[in-house]
Amino acid sequence: MEITRPTSLVEALEARAEDPGADLLAGGTDLMVEVNFGHSRPEHVIALRRIAELAQIDGNRIGAGVTWARLEKSDHRALAQLARTVGSPQIRAAGTIGGNIGTASPAGDGLPWLAAVEAEIEVTSKDRGVRRLPCSEFFTGVKRNALAPDEVITAAILPENVPTNQEFAKIGQRSAMVISTVSACVVRDDDGTVRVALGSVAPTPLRATRAEALIAENPDPSEAVLAEFVRTVSAEVSPITDHRSTESYRRHAAGVLARRLLERCLAR
Amino acid sequence: MTTSPVTRKRIRGGIGESPLRPDGIPKVTGNFAYASDLHAEGMLWAATLRSPHPRARITKLDTAPALAVGGVVAVLTQDDVPGRPGFGMHVPDQPVFAAGECNYWGEPIAVVAASDLETAKLGVAAIVVEYEVLEPLTDMEEADAADSQTRRMKIRRGDRTVSGAVSVEGYYEVGQQDQAPLGNEAGLAIPDGDGGVDLYAVSQWVHSDHWQIYPCLNLEPEQIRCHPVGMGGAFGSREDVSMHIHLCMLALRTGRPVKMMFDRAESFVGHVHRHPARMWYRHEADADGKLVKVEARLILDGGAYESSSNAVIANAAYFAMGPYLCDNVFIDSVAVKTNNPPAGAMRGFGGVQTAFGHEAQMDRLADELSIDRLEFRRRNALGQGDPMNSSGQIIEGSLPTAELIDELASMPIVEPLASDDPRHLPGGTGLTTNPDHVKRGMGYGVTIKNLAFSEAFDDYSDVRISLSPIGVEVYTAAAEVGQGMVTIIQQLAREVLKIEQVAVVWSDTNVIGSAGSTSASRQTQMTGGATYQCAVELRQQILDEFGGDDLSSEGVWRDGDLLVTLAEVCGGGAKEHEIRYRHPETFATDENGQGDPHPAFAVAAHRAVVDVDPELGLVRVVQLDTVQDVGKVLNPVAALGQIEGGALQGVGMAVLEELVVDKGVIKNPNFTDYLLPTFLDAPHIEVRFVEEPERWGPLGAKGIGEPPTISAGPAVYAAIQDAIGRHLHRVPVLPQHIVGSS
Repeated sequence: MEITRPTSLVEALEARAEDPGADLLAGGTDLMVEVNFGHSRPEHVIALRRIAELAQIDGNRIGAGVTWARLEKSDHRALAQLARTVGSPQIRAAGTIGGNIGTASPAGDGLPWLAAVEAEIEVTSKDRGVRRLPCSEFFTGVKRNALAPDEVITAAILPENVPTNQEFAKIGQRSAMVISTVSACVVRDDDGTVRVALGSVAPTPLRATRAEALIAENPDPSEAVLAEFVRTVSAEVSPITDHRSTESYRRHAAGVLARRLLERCLAR
Repeated sequence: MTTSPVTRKRIRGGIGESPLRPDGIPKVTGNFAYASDLHAEGMLWAATLRSPHPRARITKLDTAPALAVGGVVAVLTQDDVPGRPGFGMHVPDQPVFAAGECNYWGEPIAVVAASDLETAKLGVAAIVVEYEVLEPLTDMEEADAADSQTRRMKIRRGDRTVSGAVSVEGYYEVGQQDQAPLGNEAGLAIPDGDGGVDLYAVSQWVHSDHWQIYPCLNLEPEQIRCHPVGMGGAFGSREDVSMHIHLCMLALRTGRPVKMMFDRAESFVGHVHRHPARMWYRHEADADGKLVKVEARLILDGGAYESSSNAVIANAAYFAMGPYLCDNVFIDSVAVKTNNPPAGAMRGFGGVQTAFGHEAQMDRLADELSIDRLEFRRRNALGQGDPMNSSGQIIEGSLPTAELIDELASMPIVEPLASDDPRHLPGGTGLTTNPDHVKRGMGYGVTIKNLAFSEAFDDYSDVRISLSPIGVEVYTAAAEVGQGMVTIIQQLAREVLKIEQVAVVWSDTNVIGSAGSTSASRQTQMTGGATYQCAVELRQQILDEFGGDDLSSEGVWRDGDLLVTLAEVCGGGAKEHEIRYRHPETFATDENGQGDPHPAFAVAAHRAVVDVDPELGLVRVVQLDTVQDVGKVLNPVAALGQIEGGALQGVGMAVLEELVVDKGVIKNPNFTDYLLPTFLDAPHIEVRFVEEPERWGPLGAKGIGEPPTISAGPAVYAAIQDAIGRHLHRVPVLPQHIVGSS
């Protein structure tokens, strides 16, 4: 196995251009699991951890190499909340937000927040430079994304004014260190606009746009509207039954969780 | 004769203290050698080809391509087994390798030895196998209907025509728990150059391995020596042979040491699991709240091979109704054979499954009678001198069920939830739940377990003690799996011999006879009992020889004077004594399950307090209060550790732990999806001991390993139902069960 250890983004992009499809390694908390299980036998790994410019937070730009341990202290309330639910302290010290984006698991803990705040995913290649894709275009399926073989995920770009009123929650069967069976993020603008995103209930992070519209029409929702909000969210998701949970539980829990987060936002 | 001003030193680390474990600091500093750390010069690594189908006919098996891989030294299949084709704890029904047909997902088909592990895996991948896939038998009731069973066991006691004023019926299911020991299976076999082999591999009972291995290898018994090794847990998963015969065959074939180490996924398929169960119960009581009749039907799925199913199903039947008096008991039980993963021993051994059923039934009856649930149990408590409800055996040893219930009732109940710290709420760090979403519930579990081996099994433990001026050595083949046998042996030897320096010499099968299995809550009583008796006899021999009245590290004393020094006692060598210790004889029962099958019993009582978020189905176990019947506490910290750990394993079974098996295939053979409780899932546990000495064993001590695992789960299960006000019929209780979705 060949390992390239670039210390700058330029070097990394060159290596990726030379060997498109080489495996990218950041924290290793996903890739190494695949290797250990024998699901993946990389021939060439480009290790990104020595690239300081990827590990920076600069205004509305969160570098792909920023670890969950740092994001636990983020000023973005829901980002800090979700970062604390990622794995164990050891995993959070190694795992990065860029890795979460690259793996594109339906259960990726960071993805509902990125979708709810309408972040763009920044990808870069040697030949074509920088592209920015909204979540809806970047995440294309279960563990599939729009990253080209010669590109590297370089950052999550946040919009100018991310609302401070935001809440995240995640259901797992265990109290900590658990993969989500349903996760949700609700963001509320000062003008009352609400965005709702959910994880583990569809192949990609899902925006519950009809539920959002319901609250746009009823910014101060009655109990009846809240009940309708729950039903709408449950109708919008498309979960599956697997060894972690069932389709019908996930559908039910998605609605309940979204309502609880909405109520927390409304109470602030 | 010497007279001397020497005074006897006080002995530290005797009975009732909690001395440091000799392996404790090495373990926490990473210096302890586990089986996975074993190494020998020039050793090969081995890997296993396993069946990808729960049931299939092997139509082609070609190992030549694997042998062609550079670095591969040997590839072995069933054709290479030199002796008896199969092995098994009780009957040798499991082939060393699948031959002709594969009967479960993950069954070994071939092993490869190579210069390193990666090469061995490449060799495995190069083996050509073709299968004719067959429809697996995976439903336990279909298996029963098809007469695919290993043992039927019935209890017929009393009069079936009597009936009570009230009756309740219930159906219960228990999912498949895994032992999930932290240390994976590993072993090393070293050929002795003379046609024999030394095996160092994980085991709860090296002699049982030995008895199963040498006929398959077609060797004389003394040509193979099974050695105890360092282990990170077992919980029943290491009673059965796994890699043992494979390793010996490879070492003998290649003439080189061969090492094998399962990774986590392979560990989940490479050892037996707990039996999943389905249970139907009917309980009847009179208006005064006395049990009148219990009827039950129990099915346990033993998977593809027998392992210890026949003993597990007997336990399930004998302990189907808990520690309660009842004169009319009718139980039909069966262990079935399917193409599911093989089930065998796990902490609690049959009694765990039925405990969920009988405790739920006791709650329903109490509610029906409008009697407090704990008071109802108290009125029916089984005790010393009573006939055992199932077998009719008169309980001669201690059984303080009523005392435990009274003690549990006296323990203060934890205060209501007062915190909005998410770590103390259901859902934990996931931030799912507000305090006002929470409903609190409380539940009880009072359960009984047999101690040591039953049903006429010749159960014994051999111990040899060697005393020299530098201290005491205790030779045993007992398995130290982490439970603390080492300190118990040391403490008992110190207590009797009054010599502080005691070393436990973990010995192979050629050095000493069997200590029996580290299972069935038996080693404290059996090997502890052997150590104690051996030390008492050795001490008496020495006192008799020198006419003394006391022995200590200084020597032999009489009337407060030192007669001879220890060096003089030993005369330049060592004083040795060896014994075989047995518990009171047990007997096979008749065709109605009646007789005297058990040497001793222990009871445990738990009260669980849980907080439930009913809308999301999330549970936090807040507190477990427990009282346990321990005979006598030998080591308070070790006793507490066994009870806390055992209880947490019961909590895991109630709300988290389940092997998800879909048509014979395990879907979650990893710690990402087989969820063990974390510290955040662990409740606060309050423990009290009831000390009523047992009639045999060291100083009246009882085994304590299994009872907490049996009673904690039913208490949590009951508390969840109390919180939501609805019956649930399956454990583990999952979020979808609580919210009532499919």
